[in-house]
Amino acid sequence: MNLVEFSLVLMVGSLAAGFLGALTGLGGGVVIVPLLTLALGVDIRYAIGASLISVIATSSGAASAYVKEGYSNIRIGMFLEIATSSGALFGAFLASSISTQVIGAVFGIVLLYSAYHSLRPHAAQPCDEGTPRDRIATLLRMDGAYPTPEGQRHYCVRAVPLGFGLMFGAGTLSGLLGIGSGALKVIAMDQAMRLPFKVSSTTSNFMIGVTAAASAGVYLSRGYIDPGLAMPVVLGVLGGSFLGARFLASARARLLRNIFAGVVVMLALEMIYNSLKGRL
Amino acid sequence: MPPVPASWSDEKVETIMGNLLRAGVVLAAAVVLAGGLIYLLLHGAAQPGYHVFRGEPADLRSIRGIVAEAVTLRGRGIIQLGLLLLIATPIARVAFSVYAFARQGDRIYIVVTLIVLTLLLYGLAGS
Repeated sequence: MNLVEFSLVLMVGSLAAGFLGALTGLGGGVVIVPLLTLALGVDIRYAIGASLISVIATSSGAASAYVKEGYSNIRIGMFLEIATSSGALFGAFLASSISTQVIGAVFGIVLLYSAYHSLRPHAAQPCDEGTPRDRIATLLRMDGAYPTPEGQRHYCVRAVPLGFGLMFGAGTLSGLLGIGSGALKVIAMDQAMRLPFKVSSTTSNFMIGVTAAASAGVYLSRGYIDPGLAMPVVLGVLGGSFLGARFLASARARLLRNIFAGVVVMLALEMIYNSLKGRL
Repeated sequence: MPPVPASWSDEKVETIMGNLLRAGVVLAAAVVLAGGLIYLLLHGAAQPGYHVFRGEPADLRSIRGIVAEAVTLRGRGIIQLGLLLLIATPIARVAFSVYAFARQGDRIYIVVTLIVLTLLLYGLAGS
């Protein structure tokens, strides 16, 4: 296989990664890393660099549509980014003193459990004029509305401190393990803060680009980001993320939940596999 | 709650932010594509050698080196320049949010976005 063929294969795989990443709010790394390491025999460090780039591309590409259409909640995203960014710095600080192998395995098991949980939709939160509002969410003007086939639907946010704490944990893990923490972000917003699923996944998608950009400098200076790999990844992932953003608007939340759970199970198995192989 | 000036409603902020993100990724993709075509035209027949990690040469690891490589129209340097534009896109989005919340007179979120921007720049500077 020469470089042109290699680039074409990688671009097609990246298209799928961008599509799934944009739909689920997980970024494209879940697909990119095994595609590069297992199928194409690329060294894990190059794969991590390419995966980081794919997360930024998926996030920005899909967010350009999600923000305009009113799915992503910018206030919730910005507020929780404080937790994820400071968590990421904390995680990078811890990385030298903790066994990432053990953490990776534990994280994998936590993900399997949350995938199972995320399959069950939570009871719809009634949210109208008479609903008592969460004080913190009101102060931070987080309640919002998102488009559905039946028009704009309002939602109320709750458990902001719990969501903030989970986001700090998500940031710490991404700093420790060098992976996008989209899975924990979606789960925190969906299960703890009780946001509609489309709002959780698109707001997570909105946030992961910032988390990834924060650590991009480190990977660039370590020489992990190879232009020959990044080129097909960026182009493929961007195309996929635009398609994913289109598909999300018409997709049922039920279907999106199933896809999300499936991808999280894949991610969990990857984490456990990499831990056992000592590659974290 | 302070009155929101009609010209800077949440919808307007969302539209501008969406356009900013789109412009960033489209520009980055165009530069990456241009560099990729040059790279593949010159080296397309070579075998990929990614199974062994060598790390990138120093010129492709720093902003200054990447710009120097790109202005001499080297394919790999141009791709790397496109990646820098891609990395800059979410940072520009956060910087724009500071401005947008300032225009809305939303003090809490001016502080929130400034904290995020500081953490982000601190993380980048530490590398």
